[in-house]
Amino acid sequence: MVYKKRIDDRGFEETRKIEAKVGVIPRADGSAYFKIGDTWAYAAVYGPRNLYPRFLQNPKKGILRCNYNMMPFSGSGERVRPGGSRRSKEISLVTEKALIPVLNLDEYPNSVVDVFIEFPQTNAGSRCAGICAASMALADAGLEMKDLVAAISVGRVDDKLLVDLDYAEEAYEDVPVADIPVAVLPNSDKISLLQMDGEISKDELKKLLELAKKTCKDIYEIQKKALKAKYVKEKVE
Amino acid sequence: MSKLLVENKDIAVPGEVLAEGMDNLPGPGTYRDGEKIRASGLGLVQIEGRAIKLINLSGKYIPKNGDTIIGKVEDITFSGWRIETNSAYSAMLSMKDATSDYIARGADLTQYYNLGDYVVCKIVNVTSQKLVDVSMKGPGLRGLKGGRVFSVNTHKVPRIIGKQGSMIGMIKNATDCRIIVGQNGWVWIDGEPDKELLAIKTIKKIEEESHLSGLTEQIKSFLEKETGKKIEEARGNYNGL
Amino acid sequence: MYEEGLHNHIVKLLKAGVRLDGRKLLDYRKPIKVEYGVSKTAEGSARVHIENTDVMVGVKMEVGEPYPDMPDQGTIIVGAELTPLANPNFELGPPGIDAIELARVVDRGIRESKALDFKKLCIKKGEKVWLLLIDIIPINDDGNLIDASALAVLAALKDANFPKYDEKTEKIDYKEKTDKKVELTKEPIAVTVVKIGDSFIVDPTTEEEKVIDTRVTISTKKDGSLCAIQKGGDMPLTSDEIMQMVDIAIEKAKELREVL
Repeated sequence: MVYKKRIDDRGFEETRKIEAKVGVIPRADGSAYFKIGDTWAYAAVYGPRNLYPRFLQNPKKGILRCNYNMMPFSGSGERVRPGGSRRSKEISLVTEKALIPVLNLDEYPNSVVDVFIEFPQTNAGSRCAGICAASMALADAGLEMKDLVAAISVGRVDDKLLVDLDYAEEAYEDVPVADIPVAVLPNSDKISLLQMDGEISKDELKKLLELAKKTCKDIYEIQKKALKAKYVKEKVE
Repeated sequence: MSKLLVENKDIAVPGEVLAEGMDNLPGPGTYRDGEKIRASGLGLVQIEGRAIKLINLSGKYIPKNGDTIIGKVEDITFSGWRIETNSAYSAMLSMKDATSDYIARGADLTQYYNLGDYVVCKIVNVTSQKLVDVSMKGPGLRGLKGGRVFSVNTHKVPRIIGKQGSMIGMIKNATDCRIIVGQNGWVWIDGEPDKELLAIKTIKKIEEESHLSGLTEQIKSFLEKETGKKIEEARGNYNGL
Repeated sequence: MYEEGLHNHIVKLLKAGVRLDGRKLLDYRKPIKVEYGVSKTAEGSARVHIENTDVMVGVKMEVGEPYPDMPDQGTIIVGAELTPLANPNFELGPPGIDAIELARVVDRGIRESKALDFKKLCIKKGEKVWLLLIDIIPINDDGNLIDASALAVLAALKDANFPKYDEKTEKIDYKEKTDKKVELTKEPIAVTVVKIGDSFIVDPTTEEEKVIDTRVTISTKKDGSLCAIQKGGDMPLTSDEIMQMVDIAIEKAKELREVL
């Protein structure tokens, strides 16, 4: 047993500090940021808007398009070269799949809802932060959604199960490590993003999914609060 | 036991539980999930008897049959004009819906409406595929010369217009501007430069404070303070144009 | 012109001495806000808000070989990404011509003013020099990205600390920032003067940018001397007009210099 205490002194089931805000990009139809520790995601939603080329259109409903991008100075090492990498394309895809279950775009045939996610700084967990920000931005854009989507990475370092791994933990050497980003629809407990890198037992996976669901409920409360904070003035009578 | 978990005018977010039990009915913007009624978007709760509904506070305009909108000519085709509508869908204005004049085959359509021109028009048809037709036939529908167009939140348009046009009528009286509020969130305005700015400022204020009760009174005293003159409330003289 | 109606309306307003948003012709939107150190992963960063225009800039530092003709000088490389986050008309993909122009205009202002002594970026002559990789990312575009970006780049350079570099292993430890700062000598401030109809304005919004006839970006140093100019827009200018625009730029640069 090597990993007795987390590098930054957090509890094993404790996330880093979270901050969320809605309506941060005035030009966008919906926007939000979600900050977890040193990972900071901005999301802007544009749409529904017209979609070209035409062959991309779906005559039955609108489509969702997500784009994940790290700003060139947002990596912990050298400059990240701009332009889509294979990694960012894959993350864009799984982000789309994580969000689509809550959205109803039937009212918008042939159109597109674009979500752009950008990071000024990252320290692991960026795809999950991006999904959290994007789901708030979609709600802010007034789209029909039956739930929000909350996401967090869970995993293991050595024999410890933990939430919200930071970069140092992901890269921990000499002991088994696993990193599992999970997105949850908090009101049905269904899972819409699941990836895993590392080594883990079936039993541990089961426990970790429960841990992810529990944490995502807390994140949902933070998202809820941030959304209400923007619109609460509507209530004052 | 049934339980209502929200009050009138609460803000609800997607998935939030609004009521438990079977006594309440899910209205627009909400859905039933077993014993629960949940919000299917972000909006303002409105309770009407047993029904709970949600009113949208944000989001883009969706073309609706019967709406009077401000559009912009974005293209000219063989059979008419393509009109930008501040939504995901553009509309078609056919020659027969544009004018009762006889237009000869191959005539230059720019004589009627040119690229970039703004028009007040009425939506007369929307298909399930969101093909939209607009018409210029009706009182007040016309091309707009001069002035400028700015956008407002389309969900605030009813407040900006006011009951029977009382709010917008008051702004027109106070500023001597010509103003047309389209249901699609585009507002056309033309007047003296400083009056125009005052009118826009007032409209933005209504947009910001649309939730306050007694808004008409507040806007009235705001306009009186800004113009230094007594403002007559406008009643029933406004047909949406 | 597709926006002919808007153009005519703005010209009418400008003749009466006001802008679409009520400003006077030569007023910047207020307040201009500068935040330093907005990105922890960058060696230096800053964010500039001119009302709704919101631009972030980050500086990353790397070590590389010098150009053969300048063996004792490091250099700066400025890039801009007009990400679709900031404006519904921006598109994904490699930088378009607008992004390239923006980056080059800002780059020239810094390079030509000699704001940085490139010789101080030399680690070992002919072998190792510092490269400052500066990236401009708009968060929300409501016009005048050039002036906002130039300001944010200067602020980010001021904020920057060199990371630790081990000359033996030739590796940078990005986790450890040193006390060493980038020395900035003369601060070049870019002011874009825009001509619409017969009027000159500064700090255009995106609405005004739709109907620009001509724009000239002029970078000036503290002493009022000029270090870079870029003319854009479709209409030609007389030299008298250019001189008037230069006067405006020198005057306005004084104001902008104060916010840094």
